[in-house]
Amino acid sequence: MKNLLETKNLSMVFGGLRAISQVDLDVRQGEIVALIGPNGAGKTTLFNCITGIYSPTEGDIFIFPPEKEKKRINGIMINKATELGIARTFQNIRLFPGMSVLENVMIGRHCRSRSGVFGAVVRDASTRHEEQEIIDFSYQMLLKVDLADQVNEMAKNLPYGAQRRLEIARAMATEPFLLLLDEPAAGMNPRETQELKELIDRIRKEEGISILMIEHDMKMVMGVSDRIFVLDYGEKIAEGTPGEIRENPVVIKAYLGEDFSVNA
Amino acid sequence: MDYFLELLLGGLTRGSIYALIALGYTMVYGIIELINFAHGEIYMIGAFTALIVASVLTMSGMGGLSVLILASVVAVIYSAAYGFTVEKIAYKPLRQAPRLSPLISAIGMSIFLQNYVLIAQTSDFLPFPSLIPDLPFMEPYSHIIGPAELIIVLTTAAVTLILTVFIKFTKIGKAMRATAQDRNMAMLLGVNVNKVISSTFIIGSALAAIGGVLIASHIGRINFYIGFIAGIKAFTAAVLGGIGSIPGAVLGGLILGWTESFATGYVSSDYEDVFAFLLLVLILIFRPAGLLGRSPIQKV
Amino acid sequence: MKALTELKKSIVVAVWFMFLTFPIMVIRVNTIEKIIEWRWRNMIFIGVGSFLFSFLWRYLLERKQKQQEVQKGTRSWGTLILEEPKIYRPLLAVFALFVLVFPFIFSTYQTNIMTTALMYVILGLGLNIVVGLAGLLDLGYVAFYAVGAYSYALINYHFGLGFWAVLPVGALLAAFFGILLGFPVLRLRGDYLAIVTLGFGEIIRLILENWNAFSFGPSGIAHIPRPGLLGLNLTLNESIVYMYYLIILFCLLTIFIINRLQDSRIGRAWIALREDEIACQAMGIDKTKTKLTAFALGATWAGMVGVIFAAKTTFVNPASFTFLESAMILSIVVLGGMGSIVGVFIAAMILILTPEYLRAFSNYRMLLFGAVMVLMMVFRPQGIVPNVRRTYKFRIPEKEVR
Repeated sequence: MKNLLETKNLSMVFGGLRAISQVDLDVRQGEIVALIGPNGAGKTTLFNCITGIYSPTEGDIFIFPPEKEKKRINGIMINKATELGIARTFQNIRLFPGMSVLENVMIGRHCRSRSGVFGAVVRDASTRHEEQEIIDFSYQMLLKVDLADQVNEMAKNLPYGAQRRLEIARAMATEPFLLLLDEPAAGMNPRETQELKELIDRIRKEEGISILMIEHDMKMVMGVSDRIFVLDYGEKIAEGTPGEIRENPVVIKAYLGEDFSVNA
Repeated sequence: MDYFLELLLGGLTRGSIYALIALGYTMVYGIIELINFAHGEIYMIGAFTALIVASVLTMSGMGGLSVLILASVVAVIYSAAYGFTVEKIAYKPLRQAPRLSPLISAIGMSIFLQNYVLIAQTSDFLPFPSLIPDLPFMEPYSHIIGPAELIIVLTTAAVTLILTVFIKFTKIGKAMRATAQDRNMAMLLGVNVNKVISSTFIIGSALAAIGGVLIASHIGRINFYIGFIAGIKAFTAAVLGGIGSIPGAVLGGLILGWTESFATGYVSSDYEDVFAFLLLVLILIFRPAGLLGRSPIQKV
Repeated sequence: MKALTELKKSIVVAVWFMFLTFPIMVIRVNTIEKIIEWRWRNMIFIGVGSFLFSFLWRYLLERKQKQQEVQKGTRSWGTLILEEPKIYRPLLAVFALFVLVFPFIFSTYQTNIMTTALMYVILGLGLNIVVGLAGLLDLGYVAFYAVGAYSYALINYHFGLGFWAVLPVGALLAAFFGILLGFPVLRLRGDYLAIVTLGFGEIIRLILENWNAFSFGPSGIAHIPRPGLLGLNLTLNESIVYMYYLIILFCLLTIFIINRLQDSRIGRAWIALREDEIACQAMGIDKTKTKLTAFALGATWAGMVGVIFAAKTTFVNPASFTFLESAMILSIVVLGGMGSIVGVFIAAMILILTPEYLRAFSNYRMLLFGAVMVLMMVFRPQGIVPNVRRTYKFRIPEKEVR
């Protein structure tokens, strides 16, 4: 299968701290890949490097957008990464709290639409058409994450689980080929987690979007992912299918002393 | 050569005052990441308090060094009290608010304090008594450096030294550094963050008052507006040196002082304030982290 | 028991403020005639005032906390009026009628004051794009206003061009300055932007004050022509009335344009940028470009009003463009409510007309502006009339589609 994302020898150093160290990672077309590891292992830092928030100290990040050339995206502008088709959610939810649910998703359409100040003031036919398209597309996204009955609610008034789903809808509105989810199940109850799992499955199946996610909920990780990468102290200590990871002594050792165990 | 030396020493004096005020900006910014726009006003209130106390004392027959000391002490106490109160009113209720809110509140506070002094006192310039006595041993060098300049430079040096030691070694100083690093973590470790923030404002304001007394008796006149310009310039100094860094504030103050001194001396005195602003704009564009500052890591 | 502790708290506050304000409020020295004036009465005022005010302060703070807990459901009366067409339509009609006949009911003096107030409405709306929508704290807004005013004054002086010819030029020049300043500084964090714009505003004013050959220094430029009307010769009174209607027209135009911008792709991007910069970029929005658009548009408005200002007063000098002017416009936006058009309108009326009509207040004008900024931020950051986000209706229930 074709690769979508590759990191080669990727390192990120803050002052004296090596947050990630020579990590090789890849995501293939149509895969759900999980990135696990104890807190502080460098998982979010890796996400931040891929999405342009940090510029990595060493190594390379390549993406292979469908029907486009391979591209090295080290230190790319955050918004360019999104334009190229990498969307993400955040560990501590970062919605636009004072905007409505629908508007939050409409923001995701920004990079796929064109109209400017002139169009906004004059509201010519093409602007109106584009605006309607933005609204319709965003509404479709909300239908997918089951938030369509709350379109006009302020984002900050949504319950926690719904906020996580809204973040996913917003990311999907940018039409990515690769979706990065940073602890999507954090703070969810078992029922919500189950629904989230189904949602992620559906996103892959129906939208053809591949997924790289950071997650601590082992049941979810083992249940949904095709492959798993394990980071510890910034280094990749293992990779493989859920079955392989479960048996891997290095991984078990890394997790001993942590307050969860791999027994899903 | 004498002219050059004069400008050099003039810049040093000027820069020392900027440094004294910049320390307050830098400390507050280091801890709560807020540009305390009202800081310049605290300095102005310090100068006014000193003027009032000194006048009352002089008119009741006191004189000499005791007036200087008493006036300075009262000014420091009052400025500290104002700094403390301003934080409680305008910033503390806004700790969790979006960044823009405390900033606007700070500007409001600055305008309020300016006009409070304007209304309660006067809009005119008041002559400030020259409190700094003549030092006989300085007589031979008086064409190069006066006693006021010497005292300003020495005081700044002493204050910076004391502050550095204070922050490095005392308990509250350590708590300050911890809070500056990570407020939530410091709180978890039992640091009383409210107390730390209050002390920061008190110390910063006290330093501003010292600056206020010194510059007022050096220049010889004050009005309600002196805090505004001095505040922006001191902020420039703080940014120049790297905001949050104490040696940076001093370095920035001195560089700014010299820039102004030489630019007005050799280029044009009409644009005195423009040079400071220009320096500010340039430093922010080309080295926003300042000379001694480090770029912060974006936390996501 | 609770009442007693409350009382104690207020007494402590009163004593503290009496101490705090003692040197500045009570003593006034006349250093020339060597007289000390003791104003003990002020101390009593401060004591009583802060005693009462501290009750109010705690009450408001408590109420704010409660509201934050409730959060949902409750909408203020202001929002209700704005949302219900049956209420706001007749109100709007009456208001429009009042505005139209205003010059015929009131004296030209009143009309002139109203024109000034409306000018601040436009300035407030312009700054609202930058501060209210995009969340960029611009403390040098007055610089662009000055650029507009001086463009008209200077172009008219040197080339004899009239109001209508210079209006777009002034607006464009201001926009150009906006881009010039914005391009390097908009990458900076919000608080740095505030201080750089403040510095920029002061630089412009100092240049105008000192570069005599260019701007005629502190004495300014006089005899700037008022706007013409089809070549008619207007008397002073007539041209004041004409100016009034002109400003109404500009006001309507501004409201129309800003209203449309708010609900557009660009407007949404501004608000998103204000709410969360990182998330906004992660959604594919170019931060610098979006900020620059807001900044330049805001400047355009200031430039336009600057031209109008020069035409209205027929005289410009640097003293009209101090930082206090920027602060005044900012407090209009803050009081009105970030991003709220109606709010800005009401706030401009309150803040400009109150000191104008209550002469006793005019000395306290800036004190009032300062206090407004602090109190609004602490107790009602959303302003007197909060901005309402547009709602959308979807008729087709498409739930089964997936």
